[in-house]
Amino acid sequence: MSRADLIQIAYLVAAVCFILGLKWLSSPRSARRGNQVAAVGMAIAIVATLIDSRVVDYAWIVIAAVVGGSIGAVIARRVQMTAMPQLVALLNGLGGGAAALIAISEYHAHGALGETSLGAVAAVSVMFSAVVGSVSFAGSLIAFGKLQEILPGRPITWPAQKVINAIIGIVILALAVWASVAVNDPVLWVAVGLALVLGAAAVLPIGGADMPVVIAFLNACTGLAAAATGFALGNVLLIIAGVLVGASGTMLTQLMSKAMNRSLTSVLFGAFGGGATGAASGGSGGEALPVLEISPADLAAQLVYARRVVIVPGYGLAVAQAQHPVRELADLLGERGVDVTFAIHPVAGRMPGHMNVLLAEADVPYDKLLEMEEANPDFPQTDVVLVIGANDVVNPAARDDPDSPLFGMPILEVDHAEHVVVFKRSMASGFAGVENMLFHDPKTRMLFGDARKSLTQLVQDVQAV
Amino acid sequence: MSFITELVILVLAAWVGIEVVSKVPQMLHTPLMSGTNAIHGVVLVGAILVLGAAAGGTVEIICGVVAVAFGAANVVGGFVVTDRMLQMFKRRPEPKDGGAE
Repeated sequence: MSRADLIQIAYLVAAVCFILGLKWLSSPRSARRGNQVAAVGMAIAIVATLIDSRVVDYAWIVIAAVVGGSIGAVIARRVQMTAMPQLVALLNGLGGGAAALIAISEYHAHGALGETSLGAVAAVSVMFSAVVGSVSFAGSLIAFGKLQEILPGRPITWPAQKVINAIIGIVILALAVWASVAVNDPVLWVAVGLALVLGAAAVLPIGGADMPVVIAFLNACTGLAAAATGFALGNVLLIIAGVLVGASGTMLTQLMSKAMNRSLTSVLFGAFGGGATGAASGGSGGEALPVLEISPADLAAQLVYARRVVIVPGYGLAVAQAQHPVRELADLLGERGVDVTFAIHPVAGRMPGHMNVLLAEADVPYDKLLEMEEANPDFPQTDVVLVIGANDVVNPAARDDPDSPLFGMPILEVDHAEHVVVFKRSMASGFAGVENMLFHDPKTRMLFGDARKSLTQLVQDVQAV
Repeated sequence: MSFITELVILVLAAWVGIEVVSKVPQMLHTPLMSGTNAIHGVVLVGAILVLGAAAGGTVEIICGVVAVAFGAANVVGGFVVTDRMLQMFKRRPEPKDGGAE
């Protein structure tokens, strides 16, 4: 067997490892093993590439890989779980940037060989990878900046945004065609520069609340850019791995758009999704609709005598750093024989599945975490629902009021439970700025204040009952 | 390898990807995202090929060095942080009725 064959077989093994890794992610029991298998597959692929006879110069590779790898490892070890969306955005940008740089280099190599124009496959793959990779790089860095609060989280808008973006897009396309029929490095560089501008201009107008969709979308973009790089280099593993990521990113984008009741086009071109972190005040102010309050002591008594309690956490819970007190509360009630579960809406948090990670970090066992579809049928048999730092995802208007901007969005139907208690800082409305009639329902009680303080008090009161 | 063969591989891989990824529960969507993030770090392989064969061209070396560094950070960071997250997902000490799917 030749060395080239051996490398191809190693790539096949790596591809199988990637697929197996994703397959094992289907259950939390096997998920960690799955990630490790994928990592082993990656190591096999890298070693196989290093023995490729075309690779002759190792010094730069080792230096760059050690520097990049160390930085990645340090950041990944230190990052807070609440900051996971930023990290994913950042890593995503790096992948997109790498894909674009490979395309630029590959294009230069065509020129250096004396080619005056590119064949169709080379042209499409190199241009796609360079442009989409650059868009993903710039867009991801802007998303990172917004999530890290280096940049303002609110939408940044300017006149004729869509028209300008469309013109930039057309110019990029024209430059890509030009660069393909007449090989000339600077033409591609201008196209890449404009793609960076386009990536930034596309993400700047998107508000904090829409970030989950954007991150998932950029993830898909980087995956497809990597696959295009595979076509440019004639490398099967890049095609397979890139497409796997593209599929995952596309699925998550669709799922998040659906859960937020927003189409991808309205996220990308809508400039909506106002407030950055939790405390979005809707402006309309409180009309004098009645709300009923409850004290932590009364709630403690009610909880201890309940049979079934469901906790609905929203991102406000994480903002208040209340994951640990809420787990303590669940444990205490569990010891007293109360059936306590958590019902998690797909958009609770700043990226898909974020709330599950935050609760897992606080040692909430994952068999207590229910998805929306599992949780909804059981609300009618639930004695008390605690809504903590969530708003729009429990708004019955999404189901009942065709005039509501939320209408059609899937919600947790907590209003079917016997009692609802809402933990809330104030009467401000949610991201969408929509009045929530759940708060005025006769079966609802409000517990105002910082979620962490309220829960800590509640834990003490439960212990005292 | 012919373009058609590569296209066949692309379509089949997309099919497998959709099948496998759609089975991942929402609970694990953040690790799915960071894990697939690490997998697209496979561009590191392409970056190594470009840089290793550079043979002194300035454009190739600059692009290659940055691409390898980006790719390596992407791969290592992605897998490490995914592992950190997944090790936190634990069952109850005394499993009640195997409710998780």
